[in-house]
Amino acid sequence: MADTPIVIDNEKCRGCKKCITACPFDALYMEDKLAVLKPEECRVCNACVKACPFKAISSNVKEEVKKANLAEFKGIWVFAEQHHGKVQEVAYELLSTGRRLANDRGCDLSAVVLGHNVADSASYLIAAGADKVYIVDQPELAEYEANVYTDALNQLIAKYKPEVILAGATAVGRAFFAKVAVRSRTGLTADCTALSIDKESYLLHQTRPAFGGNIMATIMTPNHRPQMATVRPKVFKMSTPDPKRKGETLIEALKLVAASTRIIKAERNSANVNIAEAEIIVAGGRGLKKAENLEQLKRLADLLGGVVGVSRACVDAGWISASHQVGQTGKTVCPKIYLAFGISGAIQHLEGMRGADTIIAVNNDPNASIFGIADLGIVGDLFEILPMLIEALEAKRKN
Amino acid sequence: MQGPIQGRAMHIIVCVKQVPDTTNVRINPETNTLMREGVESIMNPFDEYALEEALKQKDAHGARVTVISMGPPQAEVVLREAMARGADDAVLLTDRAFAGADTLATSYAIAQAIKKIAAKPDLVLFGKQAIDGDTAQVGPGVSEFLDFPLVTYVKSISIREGTFTVETQMDEGVDVIEGRMPAVMTVVKEASTPRFASLSGWMAAKKTAIPRWGAKDVGAAAAMCGLDGSPTKVVKIFAPPTKTGGIRMDGREEPSAAVEAILKALQDKGVA
Repeated sequence: MADTPIVIDNEKCRGCKKCITACPFDALYMEDKLAVLKPEECRVCNACVKACPFKAISSNVKEEVKKANLAEFKGIWVFAEQHHGKVQEVAYELLSTGRRLANDRGCDLSAVVLGHNVADSASYLIAAGADKVYIVDQPELAEYEANVYTDALNQLIAKYKPEVILAGATAVGRAFFAKVAVRSRTGLTADCTALSIDKESYLLHQTRPAFGGNIMATIMTPNHRPQMATVRPKVFKMSTPDPKRKGETLIEALKLVAASTRIIKAERNSANVNIAEAEIIVAGGRGLKKAENLEQLKRLADLLGGVVGVSRACVDAGWISASHQVGQTGKTVCPKIYLAFGISGAIQHLEGMRGADTIIAVNNDPNASIFGIADLGIVGDLFEILPMLIEALEAKRKN
Repeated sequence: MQGPIQGRAMHIIVCVKQVPDTTNVRINPETNTLMREGVESIMNPFDEYALEEALKQKDAHGARVTVISMGPPQAEVVLREAMARGADDAVLLTDRAFAGADTLATSYAIAQAIKKIAAKPDLVLFGKQAIDGDTAQVGPGVSEFLDFPLVTYVKSISIREGTFTVETQMDEGVDVIEGRMPAVMTVVKEASTPRFASLSGWMAAKKTAIPRWGAKDVGAAAAMCGLDGSPTKVVKIFAPPTKTGGIRMDGREEPSAAVEAILKALQDKGVA
């Protein structure tokens, strides 16, 4: 009887079922009016021990044992998200940071690839800093499905017990990492802007902006493993790949759950821009006055190899789709250059773009709040300056 | 009328969060958690889109729409607002035991409440993320505790005979996804524009009693709630390095000088 982590004293149990309601893991059931434990479901959270009014339940697992289990978790993993065999850039950015963390922690850095026909990616991931690459290459993983991906990564976590796992805060990464963290009953910090290993505790320090960057918070996951974090694309810099690096590739074959949803159509066209990943953004706001004037922004963006971003006013006016919106209810961007034309700089907008390396703003109102964070702030008429800028760049291109 | 589900109306649960409207948020220095009192609050804008999708289903097929929120007692306001727009009933999850919950503890508490509201709801909708925390983790977390399929970034929903077809806004384009209900979905801004509450809606919503449930009411284990149930711990909160304005110039008299300055700034960064 002492083999199970939770022990139920049948003499004391009165069958009140309080432990069953208290158990978050459905690890208890009633049999002959007595509570019975399903040890395979039990995570020893001790909720039932506290819930029992008759002191019929006791726990064999002491805090020290839990601590010892933490030490079983070793190594830093990066989830290398891929689409149709191509690993996303954010994975390489994470490997660059992951390499530094692994060196500080004195452990291995691994990349994990889930997909189909993805074995080629291993050499690139090793060159980018991975010591090991775990590949699950199966047809069920060809397209992302939340439940199947969660199952795959959770099986690997259960088998190899990584101490830290990082993923890009992409549409895929954010959703399925949240599921993975809940299934592992561990913590997850979204959108970290800095990661480091604490010198004393060896825990992962996860720093993220809160309230649109008005507050920075450093977060740790002290008593649960793995420690999980997501990072937005372009926040960390990619390092130069070293094709001579040596690493190990492990192909894992998993028995996976069936998909609970299926993709019946995926519309992918080049006109669909992801402003969150753009290096140059040419943005406009209410000061553009009408939809037609967005054309000029588009021309400038094309000349600079950038994309068009807008403030909420332009989307609400129906000038452009919401996928171009920068700010609190739009996207957070961190390009190298952010050119803002006719954007006054409402706090909700500033929150979405204050991470840009260089901000250049043109506005006719000398008191516009965007000037407070602009590296180059020009008080002026955008309808004069914008066409002249386009003309100058076009002339330059011709030469 | 051919219902979306054979023989009964759908039950849709929409999870809404009250968020601070301003960015003047203070931090309790002792607990390192947010102090919400004294800050004007609104319904999280993304949750408005989720509610609108639920109400559209109600308009089209007839459905019961229940809204649920977890937060301090004053979060009741956003539930009344949702009812004024057309939700049928509401539940407020409020308990000191929930205070300081991270996304794991929050997902658990909300999932427990949903289980109490309905043994088998058809849809559970969330906004894609809340504008205060910005994590986008609670919707997926609840799908895990309920063991329901998850579809994120939904921009349109159509339902027929227990099957849903949705469009989702992914990073690189739009996907069309199909599955069987029940399901958890998170809704994006690209969905329909939220309706306004009618005056009669407000009058009715004002009168309705909204039940308040605590941890015990939803059978939530204390060890899984609030700070105790949160694996993540905030160890430090600090002000970000402030970015002060750089060069300022007046380009009203001589726009060509302004253009020169922009070109130089672009060149310095290796662009143009």
